Amino acid sequence: MAVYFGVRFTYSYAVRPSTMRVKMRLFGPLKESGASAEGWRELRSGESVGGLLAVLRGEGALPEKLLAASAVAVNQEYALPAQVLQDGDEVAILPPVSGGRQ
Amino acid sequence: MKIELVRDPIDGGALAEEIKAGSDGAVCVFDGIVRDNTRGRRTLHLDYEAYEEMALTQMQQLSEQAITKFGVRDVTLVHRLGRLLVGETSVLIVVASAHRGAAFDACRWLIDTLKKQVPIWKKEQFVDGAVWADGEPFPEEIAGAAQ
Repeated sequence: MAVYFGVRFTYSYAVRPSTMRVKMRLFGPLKESGASAEGWRELRSGESVGGLLAVLRGEGALPEKLLAASAVAVNQEYALPAQVLQDGDEVAILPPVSGGRQ
Repeated sequence: MKIELVRDPIDGGALAEEIKAGSDGAVCVFDGIVRDNTRGRRTLHLDYEAYEEMALTQMQQLSEQAITKFGVRDVTLVHRLGRLLVGETSVLIVVASAHRGAAFDACRWLIDTLKKQVPIWKKEQFVDGAVWADGEPFPEEIAGAAQ
């Protein structure tokens, strides 16, 4: 039993990753202008929503005007910049929704 | 509650009929239809797309909130996706309640809130080009990327 626990501990410690992967999804006008930013992407472990946005801005793959007006959803729930991402999360950038304003 | 995203025409009359129950004194219907112009520019058709999994969750949550907040008995919320022609129904909201005041209030709140936060987008095809509709600014509490 003791040996078993020892092995497990060593194993989990050794493979703890320093990076993680999140799945990016884009919609509406953002999808049209930045489709290359979609799909799985590697981030450092513990990255936040705000950190991911900074990475995207650094790449310049998405138009800033649209990005600045967008919201972010993590696993289909709206998320604020401080939220920390987990490995396997689905992150969607949502341009202003348009049921229309009238 | 009936919450749906559909790709075929919405039968508003049937949905308004089937929600009715004996304790209801009012059924309020909001039928959102495709207008033939935007600020005077003639519209040919609209293409709606959604983040479908999230839109359905949001529509479910809004309907539950409307029932709790306004004390109405039941809500039907159906949005159509794909290509819609002028005059066709894009969104139908039906609220059933014992009294009319709550039904009107819940119906108004549902369409206003849906248009601000349910992830659905529309592209407008005009005679002379196509554009994504501007959309409303997100409420401050969910405007995650606006820094």
